[in-house]
Amino acid sequence: MPAVSKGDGMRGLAVFISDIRNCKSKEAEIKRINKELANIRSKFKGDKALDGYSKKKYVCKLLFIFLLGHDIDFGHMEAVNLLSSNKYTEKQIGYLFISVLVNSNSELIRLINNAIKNDLSSRNPTFMCLALHCIANVGSREMAEAFAGEIPRILVAGDTMDSVKQSAALCLLRLYKASPDLVLMGEWTSRVVHLLNDQHMGVVTAAISLITCLSSKNPDEFKTCVSLAVSRLSRIVSSASTDLQDYTYYFVPAPWLSCKLLRLLQCYPPPEDGAVKGRLVECLETILNKAQEPPKSKKVQHSNAKNAILFEAISLIIHYDSEPNLLVRACNQLGQFLQHRETNLRYLALESMCTLASSEFSHEAVKTHIETVINALKTERDVSVRQRAADLLYAMCDRSNAKQIVAEMLSYLETADYSIREEMVLKVAILAEKYAVDYSWYVDTILNLIRIAGDYVSEEVWYRVIQIVINRDDVQGYAAKTVFEALQAPACHENMVKVGGYILGEFGNLIAGDPRSSPLVQFNLLHSKFHLCSVPTRALLLSAYIKFINLFPETKATIQEVLRSDSQIRNSDVELQQRAVEYLKLSSIASTDVLATVLEEMPPFPERESSILAKLKKKKGPGAVSVELEDGKERGELNGGGDRGGDAAIAASNASTPSPSADLLGLRSAAPVSGAAPSAGSLLVDVFSEAGPAASSAGVNDDGFLSALHAPEASDSPLVEGPGDSDSAPPSAASEDPAPPLPESDELLNKFVCKNNGVLFENQLLQIGIKSEYRQNLGRMYLFYGNKTSVQFVSFSTTVSCPGELQSQLNVQTKTVEPLVEGGAQVQQVINIECLTDFIDAPLLNIKFRYGGALQNISLKLPVTINKFFQPTEMAAADFFQRWKQLSQPQQEAQKIFKASHGMDTEVLKAKLLGLGTALLENVDPNPENYVCAGVIQTKAQQVGCLLRLEPNAQAQMYRLTLRSSKDTVSQRVCDLLAEQF
Amino acid sequence: MIGGLFIYNHKGEVLISRVYRDDIGRNAVDAFRVNVIHARQQVRSPVTNIARTSFFHVKRSNIWLAAVTKQNVNAAMVFEFLYKMCDVMTAYFGKISEENIKNNFVLIYELLDEILDFGYPQNSETGALKTFITQTGIKSQSKEEQSQITSQVTGQIGWRREGIKYRRNELFLDVLESVNLLMSPQGQVLSAHVSGRVVMKSYLSGMPECKFGMNDKIVIDKQGKGGASEEAAAGKSGGGGGKQSIAIDDCTFHQCVRLSKFDAERSISFIPPDGECELMRYRTTKDIILPFRVIPLVREVGRTKLEVKVVIKSNFKPSLLAQKIEVRIPTPLNTSGVQVICMKGKAKYKASENAIVWKIKRMAGMKESQISAEIELLPTNDKKKWARPPISMNFEVPFAPSGLKVRYLKVFEPKLNYSDHDVIKWVRYIGRSGIYETRC
Repeated sequence: MPAVSKGDGMRGLAVFISDIRNCKSKEAEIKRINKELANIRSKFKGDKALDGYSKKKYVCKLLFIFLLGHDIDFGHMEAVNLLSSNKYTEKQIGYLFISVLVNSNSELIRLINNAIKNDLSSRNPTFMCLALHCIANVGSREMAEAFAGEIPRILVAGDTMDSVKQSAALCLLRLYKASPDLVLMGEWTSRVVHLLNDQHMGVVTAAISLITCLSSKNPDEFKTCVSLAVSRLSRIVSSASTDLQDYTYYFVPAPWLSCKLLRLLQCYPPPEDGAVKGRLVECLETILNKAQEPPKSKKVQHSNAKNAILFEAISLIIHYDSEPNLLVRACNQLGQFLQHRETNLRYLALESMCTLASSEFSHEAVKTHIETVINALKTERDVSVRQRAADLLYAMCDRSNAKQIVAEMLSYLETADYSIREEMVLKVAILAEKYAVDYSWYVDTILNLIRIAGDYVSEEVWYRVIQIVINRDDVQGYAAKTVFEALQAPACHENMVKVGGYILGEFGNLIAGDPRSSPLVQFNLLHSKFHLCSVPTRALLLSAYIKFINLFPETKATIQEVLRSDSQIRNSDVELQQRAVEYLKLSSIASTDVLATVLEEMPPFPERESSILAKLKKKKGPGAVSVELEDGKERGELNGGGDRGGDAAIAASNASTPSPSADLLGLRSAAPVSGAAPSAGSLLVDVFSEAGPAASSAGVNDDGFLSALHAPEASDSPLVEGPGDSDSAPPSAASEDPAPPLPESDELLNKFVCKNNGVLFENQLLQIGIKSEYRQNLGRMYLFYGNKTSVQFVSFSTTVSCPGELQSQLNVQTKTVEPLVEGGAQVQQVINIECLTDFIDAPLLNIKFRYGGALQNISLKLPVTINKFFQPTEMAAADFFQRWKQLSQPQQEAQKIFKASHGMDTEVLKAKLLGLGTALLENVDPNPENYVCAGVIQTKAQQVGCLLRLEPNAQAQMYRLTLRSSKDTVSQRVCDLLAEQF
Repeated sequence: MIGGLFIYNHKGEVLISRVYRDDIGRNAVDAFRVNVIHARQQVRSPVTNIARTSFFHVKRSNIWLAAVTKQNVNAAMVFEFLYKMCDVMTAYFGKISEENIKNNFVLIYELLDEILDFGYPQNSETGALKTFITQTGIKSQSKEEQSQITSQVTGQIGWRREGIKYRRNELFLDVLESVNLLMSPQGQVLSAHVSGRVVMKSYLSGMPECKFGMNDKIVIDKQGKGGASEEAAAGKSGGGGGKQSIAIDDCTFHQCVRLSKFDAERSISFIPPDGECELMRYRTTKDIILPFRVIPLVREVGRTKLEVKVVIKSNFKPSLLAQKIEVRIPTPLNTSGVQVICMKGKAKYKASENAIVWKIKRMAGMKESQISAEIELLPTNDKKKWARPPISMNFEVPFAPSGLKVRYLKVFEPKLNYSDHDVIKWVRYIGRSGIYETRC
């Protein structure tokens, strides 16, 4: 690559940077930058074109300013210009700026892509490389879209230079990682594989990264690479250190390439072709042999390179897991590393051995290193290495060495780091359970575990102990005895108390024969711990006490005394209090038979996978516990009964009771016993049979009462809202319309109170039809203007105006109509109406047109009345009267008595009332002759509830109309409107 | 209570570190440096809370003063103390700079020992401090002097010693005000207030009892019933308007002022410390005389050009002269060139500050002047619109924009033989701009 010549040093840039560095304060720096930016702006703005050198210099300065953390919003164009320069330095700076500052700016991206395309198609390898680097550095989707097709072509083309191929491979890798969907597989894939045969080692190294990435996604397409990789590997491995001059690193031939090849091979199963396989095994053997050779150099780089290949080879061997010979050799090699000076090597050796231990071929070989590993666990200074040692111990454990390993781990636990203690505890618990030869050992181990690291013993561990003890009859007596002894220590961990409480509660009778552990002694021992424990443990102890009452009737009085004490029966914790009360009652009411049934010994837990193992898996993530495979194999052997987990029951009881206490005794839920005492839950109801139903019915009443209270409130709200802001002033009747409304327009208006469609107006010339619909506070009205003559109307115009106050009450929008109406034609106009608040007047419609030269001017009232915005409300009689009473203030009511102007036909009346927009309520009024309606007027500002009652008097041909609403103006207006209708 | 006090230079190096309480550890020094001085984002709040420790800082040029505490102290008290500390240091060695602090660090530690005791502020009166913390080497004081200092510092009037004698009894009174304004482009006042100080420099013999009077509205209104003649005299000499009295929104006094008397009869009486002191501070918001009116006119011509015209009008008596006038017109961030024409003074585009700075040496009242500028812009691909920051202005005028007038300052010295008439008194008004901005 051409080096930057001295003349290109860009003195201005150097001066600027040193100025910035010399700035005393942030403010001074900002000032200097502002000055420079202004200078660059004036230069870029300047009329005379800049030469490439200064353009480069200024773009460099901008880049520097941007990297200092300031926004740059110009100069992109100049940078793009630099891309088309022929000088390397200018092009390089241009690409640098683009890579750093590019954003998906539409026009520029196009220009940039164009420049990149030009460079890619140029024959200059340097420029091609620059372009490829830029694509890889940006790596955006846009870039991938533009070039994902182009780059594979460059990669596999025969005439491409090696350095360009290298860049192209890495660029493609980057695009593939960024947007895999855009890099399409094609015929180039097969040719990419053949790059493994390339003469140039750099190309091979770049290509292999790409192939590894691609083949991990679609292994089948790249299957052929296996044999190529093997032959390449064998060529490298067998070469002398001087063969690959440039690619020999501290006497190791091409270490990076070897590692990558080995890693690529790990993507595939062992080769089926015998020849290939033989060659590969030969390679691996050579690598292992080389590790034994004395080092050619004392430099750390040499051994690092050599070990890198070795570890990669070992992981390949482990991956294949089919060559016992190689596995054992690898294991021995690692064994040597276990005592190496280098901490890193020891760590790696332990880690690799962990995986080796799970292989059936090398398991025995790994076991030979047990002493070293135990030593490592004890003496290693680095905690991460100790962690690995613990992992390895766990992995290499089997029945033959379980006791030793568990003992070592237990002793280590006392000094272990806090960060790994919980994991260690789990591991010890699992190993103890899995490889237990006799259960007394198991119980001892776990109790020891709780004693040593009680804080780190999770719930699962002690659940598990109890499950196993309950499921194994032979160990119960021993467990009770051991627990009793363990509890005698002055300071016990709470988990120990839990285990003790549970086990003594179940199996205390097994050791009661000994006068040193008589029932009363047992109880006193447990109760001495009681006050130091947390609530869940106390709850468990209370359950243990009631079990004691069953097991040893002689303790009944003592225990009842304890239960009866204020600190139990009036405990502030509900769970404890409830248990105390229930157990006390249970012990005093129930007969011994019932008691024996209720408090029967726990049934064996169903068999399940160990919950501890599940927990360990969760802790370490999948794959970390490699032993689980082997675990499956050996499960059945000894531990038939031991390996079943009853924790589901525990989990279930935990979930069913709201309290956090684990109800291990199963008293509360799912007691599988006879009807005499079904379960504690129903027992409670039985015991309090008098109080129970009463309380529950009271509860129901309460609810009913409440809902009855709430319902009307909720639905009343629209009605009650009104009075607060009912101060809208009375409307002014003055209209300032140019043409006074037709005298009959009021009548026209009344025609439309109860209907929405019809003919609004008609004379010899014009007919106006109307169609309208309303929803909530919005309305839409279609007006149809029909020209009844055969001559066209000229300059036809309509205006809708809201006189006076109406402007603030109604929002009316009209669309203009065509100024020409042909003879016999009809034009349509849409009017949108929004009701802001309640109103009285109607908007005015003014129509002007010329008919035969004469100006016609018609003014009408648009039939928009307040009742159009009614929403019907259905309600029951009780509701209706309740609301009716609520609206009892005099101004809320409007009443009119008037004479019927039409017939008093029931159906007609009903239709009219429905047309009003309200809901006609049946069976509300005691007098069936009367009509009762309810509705809510929806306006933008508020909702006004409205109740209506119409009492016809057929004999006198009179009506009495009563309206009540939350707003006085509304009552009055609706009443006035309706009075005209009947 | 203040747990510790640190002084840093601009790089964040500690110059002075004094810890008063054990709850403040050494790491507090670093915490402030890392989180405030070297913070990625500029820290604008003067109070910072880091790990349950509060840091109160003030900045004087390049120097940071930080008071540290773990307790719930009165923040106003801490800041008052820090300002006092600055005053004391200025009085001792002039400008607060890194150089000066390094040269006087022994003195500063001595001062810190004296003015803060276990974190509780003590006497920080410069005059009093100077009597026993001296800069001129160790001068063995006589028993008599020592006992005098003790009685003064512990006595009722800690700020003045007895037995001061001058041949000429003289006193200077400066009314220093800074006027703050925010105005809309249409000339509507959005907010305006004046914060002022009355600084007194006295060279008076003995223990004089002084009484200070000004045209405070409450006092004038109270006297309005009785002494009308005095009021007429007070209203005569006016800078801007013929205002009779002013409404003071709030005020604070030097510790020598008898507050009980002020509360009861609103009269300001005191025995002044010798030399300079700030007698009172006040703030007014009503009827402010705005010395200048700025009329901006900004026109955007296309995407690449901006025309700015700014007219300033002086609004006070033609006989008075305003000085050091500076108008700062912000320019857009993509300015690529500026041409300026102004009638008076000098104007220049300062790229480093993104502003046109127009300076006029002096300007008489009731005049107007104008500047017009053409700003060329570089088209950017940034869609952000220019925020149009306000035009700000600096000036100095020889009157008080609040309208405050000194009516009298009477001196009584009952023991010595001089009367009020023998004292030579000087009064000076200076009105400066605070944040004086007009939106455009």
